[in-house]
Amino acid sequence: MTTKDIINPANLVYSKTKLMTENPMHYCPGCSHGVVHKLIAEVIEEMDIQDKTIGVAPVGCAVFAYNYIDIDWQEAAHGRAPALATAIKRLQPDKFVFTYQGDGDLAAIGTAETIHACNRGENIAIFFVNNAIYGMTGGQMAPTTLEGMKTATCPMGRNTELNGYPLRISNLLAELDGTCYVTRQSVQKMASIVRAKKAIRKAFENSMAGKGTSVVEFVSTCNSGWKMSPHDSNKWMEENMFPVYPLGDLKDTEKK
Amino acid sequence: MEDFKLMKGNEAIAHAAIRCGADGYFGYPITPQSEVMETLMDLKPWETTGMVVLQAESEVAAINMVYGGAGCGKKVMTSSSSPGMSLKQEGISYIACAELPCLIVNVMRGGPGLGTIQPSQADYFQSVKGGGHGDYRLIVLAPSTVQEMADFVGLGFDLAFKYQNPAMILADGIVGQMMEKVVLPPFKPRRTEEEVRQECPWGTTGKLPNRKRNIITSLALEAEVMENINLKLQAKYREIEKNEVRFEAHHCEDADYVLVAFGSIARICEKAMEMAREEGYKVGVLRPITLFPFPTNPIKELSQKVKGFLTVEMSAGQMVEDVRLTVNGAVPVEFYGRMGGIVPSAEEILAALKEKLIK
Repeated sequence: MTTKDIINPANLVYSKTKLMTENPMHYCPGCSHGVVHKLIAEVIEEMDIQDKTIGVAPVGCAVFAYNYIDIDWQEAAHGRAPALATAIKRLQPDKFVFTYQGDGDLAAIGTAETIHACNRGENIAIFFVNNAIYGMTGGQMAPTTLEGMKTATCPMGRNTELNGYPLRISNLLAELDGTCYVTRQSVQKMASIVRAKKAIRKAFENSMAGKGTSVVEFVSTCNSGWKMSPHDSNKWMEENMFPVYPLGDLKDTEKK
Repeated sequence: MEDFKLMKGNEAIAHAAIRCGADGYFGYPITPQSEVMETLMDLKPWETTGMVVLQAESEVAAINMVYGGAGCGKKVMTSSSSPGMSLKQEGISYIACAELPCLIVNVMRGGPGLGTIQPSQADYFQSVKGGGHGDYRLIVLAPSTVQEMADFVGLGFDLAFKYQNPAMILADGIVGQMMEKVVLPPFKPRRTEEEVRQECPWGTTGKLPNRKRNIITSLALEAEVMENINLKLQAKYREIEKNEVRFEAHHCEDADYVLVAFGSIARICEKAMEMAREEGYKVGVLRPITLFPFPTNPIKELSQKVKGFLTVEMSAGQMVEDVRLTVNGAVPVEFYGRMGGIVPSAEEILAALKEKLIK
């Protein structure tokens, strides 16, 4: 048996979704963004909503998200994605509209836009990648940076007296009447990836059912910013991030 | 007989928006323009034309909602007043770079800072020269009557879509707040989804199998690419300068002296002109209607035959810089202005004209 015999459709157990473009990804090897992108693309393909989905990209590492998923996109100013998504959805109610945001974008500069879009119950999905650091600008402190965690702008470690506390913004969003589904997921293992994908699908479905805003937080790694190998990053995340940002549903109005 | 209505300039904006088939309005309350959103909420266009009206949490959010809506090829607008316009500058810069059409209304009040709620024209620099970061221009229309407030909504949208560029109605608080008779534009239906797709093939209306994905962005990391984007924008601005200059000239044919003013101040200048003519002085008024593009040629032509210009503004002197650049030293260009919300009277203007030019 040669390699040629093995590579044939009958033996195919996995293929890249057609919605992922051929553009080489700019993300660092080991970064969580790639996995989250792939899951979103897979869900869009499985739901057959490519022609009805509009994504809003953030400022941050995912600024080029529009290069990778083959749908219509808008690239927002830093933190403003939920405002764009609000208008896109209200002016085109038959579309699936989502934002893709990092911790700095969603929980620092865009806090007002995030809270008020959620509070209005905009029928959009918010995908929130929380890796506790500003990756794109070179590893500065984020609102979600852990206490004692070292970054370029808190080289001695985050000092709560100076910098305040890690912001559990998803808990805050779960308190708002406008959100219908707020969940915290991760993508470091097969089992967690399967769960995260279900959450993405649910968020899309909620947005079309008119239930309000869905927020899916992905507790993520930034091995470049954290200065660790991808493997060590995953371990560090499980040991240090999960206690502060515990996984699971924070709110699901369906389960009331 | 035409159907005259009596209303405020701000109210006329709201009525005209619905009538010209606008798809969405996003705003945040601020004096002296709050009647725009109040009137829209009162008229409930979502029940008739389907127009979306939404009160945002801030001016920042409102302009970014405009970005989102405009990116879908929709006819969307916002309105605010000076301090709120400062907050919108970030979004305006992005919209200009992404080449999205939209309408922005600024009913100016006195600044700087929180300033006053009284009328002003001190946002000329901000509106005409940029305001946000980077090299960009808005198409700026300056109404002087409530009728023009109504008319410039449709015109602003038309120009915005023609050039894929944000257009601004730069009104002063007087035009926003005063009541005058107005003939509202006829009702025009909103475009259908199919018409939007045809008119704006670049819009994020959902990627159909027959086209590539549409991306609305203002980002280009490579210097060469970004310079090319800038060159394209500059070429567009030159085109706008060539085609879209609008102005009004009163008694400039035989004038020795010309008053240059925009908005409501141009009307006070007309009164000053009448008073001057009664005293035997040959005075005219030139009113730029488009502030960008600036009416350079008519002013240049006048500078060959008049003895001088007096620019009158409710500011420390902003448009006067453009008049001086245009006249380029051919004849004196003087300035008279009041600040902080004070409206100059016709008597003051005439006195300034005599003191500074006629002597």
